[in-house]
Amino acid sequence: MAHFEKANSIGEWLDQRLAVNTLKRVMQTEYWIPKDINFLWAMGMVLAATFGILLVSGIFLLMYYQPNIDTAFDSVNYTIMSEVGYGWLWRHIHGVGASIVFLIIYIHMFTGIYYGSYKKGRELIWLSGMGLFVAFSAEAFSGYMLPWGQMSYWAGMVITNLFSGGSLHADGLVEWIRGDYVPGQAFLSRFFMLHVLLIPLAIIGLIVLHFGTLRIPHVNNQEGEEFDYKEAAELYKAGKVKESKVIPFSPVFLSKDIFVMGVYFILFFYLVFYHFGFAMDPVNFDPADGLKTPAHIYPEWYFLWSYEILRPFPTDPGLIAFAFAQVIFFMLPFLDRSPNVAPASRRGAFKFWFWAMLIDMIVLTFMGKLPPEGIWSTIGLVAALAFFVLWIALPIITKTEKKL
Amino acid sequence: MANNTKGRRDFMGMALGGFTALGGIGALYAMKRSWDPLPSVKAAGFTTIDLAPAQDNVLITEKWRGKPIFILKQSKKMMSKVSDETKKRLIEINGAHYMVAVGLCTHLGCIPGYDPTDESFLCACHGGMYDATAEVTKAPPPRGLDIPPFKIEGTKLVLGETGPEYEQMLADGTTMPV
Amino acid sequence: MKELKIFGIVVVFTLALYWGVEPFAHGQMHKHVEGHGLVYDGSADIEEASKEKKEAKKAFWADVKKIAALKGDATAGEASYMMCAGCHMDGAANMGGVTPPSLDHAGAIYDKNFLIALIKDPAMATNVDHKYPNGTMAHPMGSVSAMVSAPQDIANVVAYLQAKKAGEVTPKEAFTEACGRCHANRYGKLTQLGEVPKTKSNIKTGQDIDALKYAQKVATEQAALADYLGTLPPDLSIIIRARSEHFLHTFIENPQSQLAGTAMPRTGLNHEGMEKVFAYLEETGDPSKPLREETGPKVLLFFFIFTALAFLWKKAMWKGHH
Repeated sequence: MAHFEKANSIGEWLDQRLAVNTLKRVMQTEYWIPKDINFLWAMGMVLAATFGILLVSGIFLLMYYQPNIDTAFDSVNYTIMSEVGYGWLWRHIHGVGASIVFLIIYIHMFTGIYYGSYKKGRELIWLSGMGLFVAFSAEAFSGYMLPWGQMSYWAGMVITNLFSGGSLHADGLVEWIRGDYVPGQAFLSRFFMLHVLLIPLAIIGLIVLHFGTLRIPHVNNQEGEEFDYKEAAELYKAGKVKESKVIPFSPVFLSKDIFVMGVYFILFFYLVFYHFGFAMDPVNFDPADGLKTPAHIYPEWYFLWSYEILRPFPTDPGLIAFAFAQVIFFMLPFLDRSPNVAPASRRGAFKFWFWAMLIDMIVLTFMGKLPPEGIWSTIGLVAALAFFVLWIALPIITKTEKKL
Repeated sequence: MANNTKGRRDFMGMALGGFTALGGIGALYAMKRSWDPLPSVKAAGFTTIDLAPAQDNVLITEKWRGKPIFILKQSKKMMSKVSDETKKRLIEINGAHYMVAVGLCTHLGCIPGYDPTDESFLCACHGGMYDATAEVTKAPPPRGLDIPPFKIEGTKLVLGETGPEYEQMLADGTTMPV
Repeated sequence: MKELKIFGIVVVFTLALYWGVEPFAHGQMHKHVEGHGLVYDGSADIEEASKEKKEAKKAFWADVKKIAALKGDATAGEASYMMCAGCHMDGAANMGGVTPPSLDHAGAIYDKNFLIALIKDPAMATNVDHKYPNGTMAHPMGSVSAMVSAPQDIANVVAYLQAKKAGEVTPKEAFTEACGRCHANRYGKLTQLGEVPKTKSNIKTGQDIDALKYAQKVATEQAALADYLGTLPPDLSIIIRARSEHFLHTFIENPQSQLAGTAMPRTGLNHEGMEKVFAYLEETGDPSKPLREETGPKVLLFFFIFTALAFLWKKAMWKGHH
């Protein structure tokens, strides 16, 4: 047992036992962030806040949700929406949050791609971030099952069928995933478990890892500049805040984060109260019916680009293309052969690659929702092929990139 | 760093913090409301019981708000033993007296059993006893069985609504609000 | 400034994305149907009718127009209405698949032209004549032709309905009379037989015998409906969130326009009837709307002030940093 002096204040008492002062220094006042950043650097905290909101609203939904195929639909649409005090608010927040979190994730991802924040030394930031993307996707999908409406049921049917592996006919695997021949009670119960326990645990773990990976390589900055953090920190501590290239995470960086969050919350709550339809598909307000497929089925908007990569091809190549699309973003730090850490605008051909990729994914997203007919199919096919061409081209154009 | 800048920073930080706390209170209010019993639960809190078919010294068990309700029509013989004070516990309809009470021991909430020969209730959990008017006769229960809010409508009782007879019982301290 | 430019780019891409997956995609997915302003003159029916049926429809709606021009006598209409009331009454029995609906507010919620057409030929008026290849009078209400068929008679009955069977109508009554014979609304505690009665469990068995008996009656009624219509019409508890208002509006006005071949009859609602039915659908399907509209501005105001304060704090914190 260590020796303890009598503490003169609560702060001191806590510091003796928890080293709160050291924690505060290491995690906040002397956690150095580069000064040369813009609002896009706040997306991480915006995501953390959104995750928090999803967690809290989810807790209140959980109090009245019933994971039972006979009662799930009404427990959401009747009990929560009309009986529970402010139940509708939790549901709208949860639904809108689940959709909008992907918008922020994509902005966060493309910020990383634009500024080269996945390069040498920062590969783990990218990989853990992609892990989070996958975990959030699984979380979104499993959550989509829970109201047990038509879209829940048929999305569950279609997505689990992907695991049959096309002509491999791994129907046993599909049944194993569902615990039934079709999505039924076992399916709903296990996706409920995944949604409220296993995946959130994984997400929390991954968030901790993601923060941890930032610590040693430090956050990137607008110009990809490399500098001596120790020196910059000393300068800051000496009061030369103007000359220093860093700022402390708290309160300086945080003050900007919170302002950006404020702007984001205005948009967020506007959507929650006045424009929630985009996040709560009307078709899912029809109860699940295993004998009737809705006229148009499509995934939520954030899955559309990868769905469209699957759709224009015959079953087997489609599945391979789909699998490729799911993992290829993980490979980004290794496919980008250029040593330059700089915004895309200064990186020659990569600049075009970046905008082409962004626009291609948006086109894929558009086509993914439209009925696969006529001109839309053709555009979808071209966009899907362009997606592959871009990835194949990436190592080549970055290998020949001029060193800055 | 000049002192007045620092002052301004602290002030703005505190203003923001205070305002955020205000929002937090709003959110807590919504959370509290979410935790409240549902309107359907509240609406289901009324039960109508017809006392006409009750027979002397035969215990009837009903259900109200998920709890057992004891109804015991008192026989002439039973009434002769009842003091004026305990009589206040009984509900009188057309000259007949009824004991109506929540069938949960006021000690720790077990259901006492009725012995018609002995004309008394015994709670098996801790040995508490009540007489036929549900007044306590043996500790540990601190008081007789609680009487649910009721309103008399002819020969029927509406449990959950408060009538003048029940209000009188509350005023006399005969029972506690349930 | 640079930061605003970046913000502008993010906003432009976000809006483009939104436009593509919401308004544009939905515009492509759903066929657009124009409403007719709740005017029931058969023009839509004639337009969409097959060649061989076109002439019959033209003639039918021309007759309706002629009857509509007649002056109806409500007092004379009352006597004829007594024959209607033989079937359209409280506790009516299922007839040929459906229980005749109450007409207590028929004059208030249904269009005059539609009522005339309905009495003249129910199948034609409701635009489900395709279901009766052997003559439209095979319709469950076809027997009306034996009771009220003379033009003046029809005009009298309609005048009676408009004079005596109008009056104040609640949203729930409008729904029950116009939709409730085929569509349940479980969030509003309505079945095809009307309001679900309050029942009580048997204390000894825990079973609610009356509820079970009622459930059986509802099941029987639903089976008859499903046989008659080919499928059990959907529960409308939250249809207001499952379909767009425009879809519902045009679908109720003329079901065939959105879903050719459907067994759903046109209900002939007028403006008041439509308004009341929608009010009821909103009551059961989107009950949080009033509170949502009340809370929204407050929450947004909070975040506007929050953001303003955060901006001032940020400015104070970053002072001297650039």
